Amino acid sequence: MIAALADRAYFVAAFLLLGVGAYMLIGDRNLVKKVIGMNVFQSGIFLFLVASAFVTGASAPLLTEPAPYVSPLPHVLILTAIVVGVSLTAVALGLIVRIYEEYGTLRADLVEEVGDGE
Amino acid sequence: MSDLVALLVVVPLLGSLVALTAGIVRDESGWAVALVTLAVQAAMAATVAWSVLSGEAISYAVGGFEPPFGIELYVDGLSAAMVVLVPAVALGVLAYARRAGPRSNRFYATYLLLVTGLTGMSVTGDAFNLYVFLEITGLTAYALVASGDRGRSAVAALKYLLVGTFGASLYLLGIGYAYVATGTLNMTDLASELAAVGYASPLVGAAFAFVVVGLFVKVAMFPLHTWQPGAYEGAPDAVSALIASLVSTVSAYALVRVVLTVFTPEYLAAVPLARTLLAATAAVSIVVGSLLAVSQTDIKRMLAYSSVSQFGLIVAALSVTNGTALVGLAVHLVGHAVMKGGLFLAAGLVSTGTGARSVTEYDGLAGRMPVAAGTFGVLVLAMVGVPPAVGFLGKWYIVLGTLEAGAWALATVILLSTLLTLAYFARLLERMYFRDAAEAAPDATAVADGGEGDADGVSTGMYAAAVAAALLAVALAAAVPAYQAALGPTVEVLLP
Repeated sequence: MIAALADRAYFVAAFLLLGVGAYMLIGDRNLVKKVIGMNVFQSGIFLFLVASAFVTGASAPLLTEPAPYVSPLPHVLILTAIVVGVSLTAVALGLIVRIYEEYGTLRADLVEEVGDGE
Repeated sequence: MSDLVALLVVVPLLGSLVALTAGIVRDESGWAVALVTLAVQAAMAATVAWSVLSGEAISYAVGGFEPPFGIELYVDGLSAAMVVLVPAVALGVLAYARRAGPRSNRFYATYLLLVTGLTGMSVTGDAFNLYVFLEITGLTAYALVASGDRGRSAVAALKYLLVGTFGASLYLLGIGYAYVATGTLNMTDLASELAAVGYASPLVGAAFAFVVVGLFVKVAMFPLHTWQPGAYEGAPDAVSALIASLVSTVSAYALVRVVLTVFTPEYLAAVPLARTLLAATAAVSIVVGSLLAVSQTDIKRMLAYSSVSQFGLIVAALSVTNGTALVGLAVHLVGHAVMKGGLFLAAGLVSTGTGARSVTEYDGLAGRMPVAAGTFGVLVLAMVGVPPAVGFLGKWYIVLGTLEAGAWALATVILLSTLLTLAYFARLLERMYFRDAAEAAPDATAVADGGEGDADGVSTGMYAAAVAAALLAVALAAAVPAYQAALGPTVEVLLP
């Protein structure tokens, strides 16, 4: 059991990140922490895909290196996904700045309360 | 000729850049740029759709890299409908936004970027490319919802962003599983490779579950719909109409594309649990969406919950996977987009003209704004499914399809849902036409709500957009037989 988990340490870490991120995203009342949770959740997915491309004893996918090669495609995909993630974080933080200016708080429950009182 | 498919995505993208740079030279020039861009895109979309519907599906290798290694753009009968729908609805909403909407160039740059994302989702034949366009659509939709000037818009947009990103991330995770299992990302190639891996493989099962649940969030199926009412209510009227009519529709198209092209009907036949996941979510969405809609007092929230229920119909049609249901699905996707967009525009007209935003404020509307009330009435009846409107034909084919497949429970739920739809829409009809406006109160309540009853705020363009939607909701029914015939080859490919 432990040996099986140790062999798949990257995948175990990826799914721990997914769990922690999802919990922060849903459970935390602080808006900034929710965004951090979203980032952790996405990092879990990035790690999952990057780890899946790894081949033990393989070299970088360059013609000057000996075969076998690691798969470069997931890395390219994740580069794209990271860019998407950064833009999402930027938009989210922009919205949070606006919410803080309007409501004077970063607590999701207090914002909801004020919203209902309007 | 075939380059047109790629240009469909490139033109609005360039238009968005032009709108942004034109803002430096001259304020409020974005509208004209958007108009020209969308007109060009609509003309190209019509050409592409015509050649697909009268001939055969188009496949285009981006940058000359042949699929399955490069990114493929693929247009068949189903995506042709989306390709035409997106610029058509965007043009209609543009006519409305001329007077009503935000007028900054940044708004129109984002608007065109949203159209780019939606068109990309409609034409792509690559699973990861779909994720990228899904996120472009998402990001711009969040920004557009936040373009409302109230604090609530920002809160709604943030909630939409968090939930929407969660959904898109699940989709990416599912695609990751499919990639680990097969080593390919091209949709057609994935179909044969997934079959080779074996449908019983846990990797394939996990891929299906993550992809479908991720897209459920984007389509707003119960219980993953929680972002939707707030986003539609918080956004400016033009934005609610655009998003309500297009974003969920194109996401539902993506779901259909992924389930039918990537996983194929054989997968649903081999794994009964997958079909049950679709059918059960659909049934629950139809019923709970309608019940929540009945209990709403705010018009825009009611329309949002109505969408949850209507997209339940779409997924129900998907779950039975036969030709009749697929035709119904395509017709209802387009029909719902036109009707729901029109309803949001009409609701916007009413709130601009009289300040009425809640169900009770619609009392005696026929006397105050006869044209808006008439438009709203026609669209409501079309939505309920009164013949000969397009809403009737879509539901008709879906019910026939479920009966053909022997899914009696699903057929019963769909027929029941029509009654529920009538329940929340009929009370509006009754209030608009058979009650008198509360005496002198409307102005007072309007002020209390922060809305202003301003008849001058309503322009001809705003009326034209809403009335055109109502006319289309009836007239599109005439095009259904021709579309059904043209869809024949597509159905054969999707449902062998």
